[in-house]
Amino acid sequence: MVELQAVTVGYRGAAGSTTAVNTPVLDAIDWQISQGALAVLLGPSGCGKSSLLNVIAGFVTPSGGRASVSGRAITGPGADRGVVFQDDALLPWLDVLNNVALPLRLRGGGRAAREDKAREFLALVGLEGFESRPVWELSGGMRQRVGIARALAADPEVLLMDEPFGALDALTRERMQELLLKVWQATGKTIVLVTHGVEEAVFLATDLVVLSRRPARIVQHRLLDFGRRHAQGEAARAIKSLPEFVAVREQVLGAVFAQDEALH
Amino acid sequence: MDDAISPMTVRALAQPAEPPVREAIAPPWSRPVVISLLSVLVLLAAWQAVTAARWIEPLFLPPPAAVWEKFARVAGEGYMDATLWQHAGASLARVALALGIAVLTAIPLGLWMGLSPTARGVFDPLIEFYRPVPPLAYLPLIVIWFGIGELSKVLLITLAIFAPLVIATATGVRQVDETRRRAAQAFGATRWQLLRHVVLPSALPEILTGLRVGLGVGWSTLVAAELVAATRGLGFMVQSAAQFLATDIVLLGIFTIALIAFGLELGLRALQRRLVPWQGRA
Repeated sequence: MVELQAVTVGYRGAAGSTTAVNTPVLDAIDWQISQGALAVLLGPSGCGKSSLLNVIAGFVTPSGGRASVSGRAITGPGADRGVVFQDDALLPWLDVLNNVALPLRLRGGGRAAREDKAREFLALVGLEGFESRPVWELSGGMRQRVGIARALAADPEVLLMDEPFGALDALTRERMQELLLKVWQATGKTIVLVTHGVEEAVFLATDLVVLSRRPARIVQHRLLDFGRRHAQGEAARAIKSLPEFVAVREQVLGAVFAQDEALH
Repeated sequence: MDDAISPMTVRALAQPAEPPVREAIAPPWSRPVVISLLSVLVLLAAWQAVTAARWIEPLFLPPPAAVWEKFARVAGEGYMDATLWQHAGASLARVALALGIAVLTAIPLGLWMGLSPTARGVFDPLIEFYRPVPPLAYLPLIVIWFGIGELSKVLLITLAIFAPLVIATATGVRQVDETRRRAAQAFGATRWQLLRHVVLPSALPEILTGLRVGLGVGWSTLVAAELVAATRGLGFMVQSAAQFLATDIVLLGIFTIALIAFGLELGLRALQRRLVPWQGRA
């Protein structure tokens, strides 16, 4: 379980930025993500979604409030939280199998054991037969799947995903959403995902948070079950065209638009 | 659909979006290679024509045949108590030793400078200070300090290789992709593991480029190094032949130096393709 209590991130004075000086990035965010949830963070671009994810990952230290995983305060990056990045961050000098096995290697597991584990997660993301391929030969979607398998191989309590499908084409993106739900169902991991795709957010989330523009506050918080329904067998396109799905999507879209328009 | 994701989709997903593009390696008789060979042949023909017409005295420019004949003589009987191969071997051994010392010292220092702003602040001005100075200019100082033995020669070449290698390594380390670093940290990598599994391999393309540049500079410092009381080496051979106006041997020495440099360059490029095939693609 991930617990955020009044998490605030101050402006850190990024070089070259002239706007939003002294505007905090995150303003007292309270959010409890329960065990096994698929939590999605949605908001206008530049609003601080990724900052909030980075707080949970331990890359950013909040200037105020408390962040914890299963009751342990977050003090830095750690193996209990796996991260999937938008640009896959795979290591090109390792083949697919060794990329996935890397977290286990860092932990000092035996070679055979870690390769078995890596194969298992590669199978889960549909990449059997690609073990010995160099990662730089793979397409964007496949690289993201290697990234997911790698994060899972570390067996984290929470899987953090920073706009993981943002750089993919529309078709691959939908396939990856379905794959993610399958993986989520199969592993029972808690997932926190950042996206700017409204349909993606509504489709995947069990726990959806819409952030305002800076300083980011939570403007909408919904519990949904479309993703769960897909994981239990309903077809993705059928769900996405249900009247109740469309209604929720439009409401969420309205909230995001309202934030975006406030800027102009 | 019964399954969350059908076997069909998995298979469809498993296809790479585009076939991987392999770097085109020029086939042996491609257009550029043929043109380059022609260019060399034209130069040789011009050389032959100029000398055959006796436009230039053989003392200044001997004909190609004379140089070739000298090559056979020097390769077999030798010049100045050593065959061409022994001269080349002596030079290569010096450069190899210098390269070894430079690799063992410059790469760790470059890593340190890339990781620590303090180390960069301390060493950067020193390296940038001596790097542009031609080795011939500080050779006398090295001789005063370290004498005329083998040490001075190897040290001069080492210094020439050292600077570009340190700078390339430090640059490579500073350019390590931040998300790769973060990914490894998120898997609980220690500082040492980060260095070993992310920083060093990420910097490898830059390090190899630095090695290529360094070896080029080192090899071209050879003649300067062998000016000092050498009895063997290609640089020594050229120097002493020049004193006797043996222009054919001077030319032979220059060609040998050039061919070895060319071979080293090709070898290092092949090594780079083999060790970092992802360069420019990831």
